[in-house]
Amino acid sequence: MQPDTAHAGTRSENRFRAESGAPALTAASRRGWRIAAFARDRAAFAAALFLLLIAGLALLAPFISPYDPAAADNLLRYAPPGTAGHLLGTDAQGRDMLSRLFWGGRVSLTVGVVPVMLASAVGLLLGLLAGTAGGWTDQVIMRTLDVLFAFPMVLLAIAIAGVLRPGLWTEIIAIAVVLIPYVGRLARTATLSVASMPFIEAARAAGATRTALLLRYVTPGVLPPLLVYATTLIGLMIVVGSGLSFLGLGVQPPASDWGAMVSEGRVVLRRAPHATVLPGLVIVVVSLAFSFLGDGLRDALDPRSRRR
Amino acid sequence: MRGFLVRRLAALVPVLVGVSIVIFLLMHLAPGDVTTVLLGPQATEADRVALRRTLGLDRPVPVQYARWVARVAEGDLGTSIATSRPVATLILPRFLNTALLTATSLALAVMIGYGAGLLAALRHRSVLDRVLTGFTLLLGSTPPFWLGLVLVLFFALRLHWLPVSGMTDMAGEGGALDVARHLVLPTVTTALGPAAIITRLVRSSVLEAMGRPHVRVARAKGLGRGALLWRHVILNALPPIMTITGLQLGYLLGGALFSEVVFAWPGLGSLLYDSITARDTPVVQAATLLIALLFVMVNILVDLVNAALDPRLKES
Repeated sequence: MQPDTAHAGTRSENRFRAESGAPALTAASRRGWRIAAFARDRAAFAAALFLLLIAGLALLAPFISPYDPAAADNLLRYAPPGTAGHLLGTDAQGRDMLSRLFWGGRVSLTVGVVPVMLASAVGLLLGLLAGTAGGWTDQVIMRTLDVLFAFPMVLLAIAIAGVLRPGLWTEIIAIAVVLIPYVGRLARTATLSVASMPFIEAARAAGATRTALLLRYVTPGVLPPLLVYATTLIGLMIVVGSGLSFLGLGVQPPASDWGAMVSEGRVVLRRAPHATVLPGLVIVVVSLAFSFLGDGLRDALDPRSRRR
Repeated sequence: MRGFLVRRLAALVPVLVGVSIVIFLLMHLAPGDVTTVLLGPQATEADRVALRRTLGLDRPVPVQYARWVARVAEGDLGTSIATSRPVATLILPRFLNTALLTATSLALAVMIGYGAGLLAALRHRSVLDRVLTGFTLLLGSTPPFWLGLVLVLFFALRLHWLPVSGMTDMAGEGGALDVARHLVLPTVTTALGPAAIITRLVRSSVLEAMGRPHVRVARAKGLGRGALLWRHVILNALPPIMTITGLQLGYLLGGALFSEVVFAWPGLGSLLYDSITARDTPVVQAATLLIALLFVMVNILVDLVNAALDPRLKES
């Protein structure tokens, strides 16, 4: 659950084209080129479709769930998958597993996506600031982030979530805070690399103001590697978030997510293994899909980084 | 080497100060009044004020922080709210159990990771390489607590090969063998995730080292495969591998927490979990501090080993 920083750094496609001597692409053809490269990567494309499907099912949970996810049926507890009326069986309280997985997906996906978005926004700002301002500002920002790096990531998330009152927002804030140093460091490295490129100097010579330089020239170069990293992080954070929920630090009953379902199923592991195994499998597959998507995005945005 | 060590240790000071501030503030920000926890909801306002004064909670926050740091430096970690015992006596035996679990897990992760990574690199682009790489991806997406439960389901509940949880058998004769049997599943659970990351990194580092010109020269000169691999490939690939292995220890401490909770292993992680559930702030504070300190120290150790392996690193 440690973010894989080895995969984080990528360079933008324009630099690749500049170095290979190819003419610069227009915005439209560049976009088309990237989408085509992405679609060629079949695993990433399949992962994207799969994630869209999962997000759709979670979003439509109120309309497509066969049962109320909290409705207990005392006469039909521990029903195995394939039971008539309950495709994936029921849990220890006789609640429909399929409906609970649909509803749980809403929370689990939120916990994967929202903290990464929050941390990306803050990390991007800090990275841009540290990378362009330099000097003391850079030192203060980076040394502060170093302090957060001194904690094992999961432990810090648990400690933050543990001292606040358990709930969805606690989980989101805890995960976002521990991610900021990782995103911030990546954004700073990318900022430094973009800022040293010749076109930045050219823009400065042409009279671009500091703000214009930052917003129009540096930031667009920092975004692609950040996007790739964020996508990979979402998969990891679904796993981390499920861990916090498993420990009871996330959403509280009757609400539930995939991690909390594993925790509830654990008590009846012998009697109804599917109540534990199924939600865990869903976490694995969804997290895996995000890492395939991240790899595909990296290959599309930076052809040179293709895996060997 | 000594200069490098001094510089590394000097850089540590602001980090440690920062870590202590983060932990102190975290506990300070925790909602709920500690006097309510200690005295119960029926206590009078006068009792509360008196207790706050005794605990030093009426002083300004920086003063409270300084006092806390001074006490911790003397080895006084406070008193557990839930058990009224000194935190230090609670933590020490737990720490030893976690050290045991972490050590066996790291050993297993390193054995699997180095072996599988080297195998995948030597059989680059083979079916074996693909299978191993696929496994690393799968394990990287697997929550450790769930992996632990699945292992329990098969190896303890179905096959009855290994115990479900705990550290010793209540009824059995105990001893090292009994602890070892209880250690197997938590160790595997904790080790597999880091093993996957180490595998990926060993594979890519070895592939990169194999492609360097000096390796080609050595091969052209007729150096045997074993000597080539060891002297020119593996030794060159070691520094990044050591760094990631060191980082994995932090990951292991996090993963061990889940294993400890799933397998009721009496370590720091399960203590932290119980203390969070019981809102036992002093214990949470001490356990977090201890784990962060360990993590920082391991990273320094890795830096030193790397500097010994690659003298160029001492310059930067």
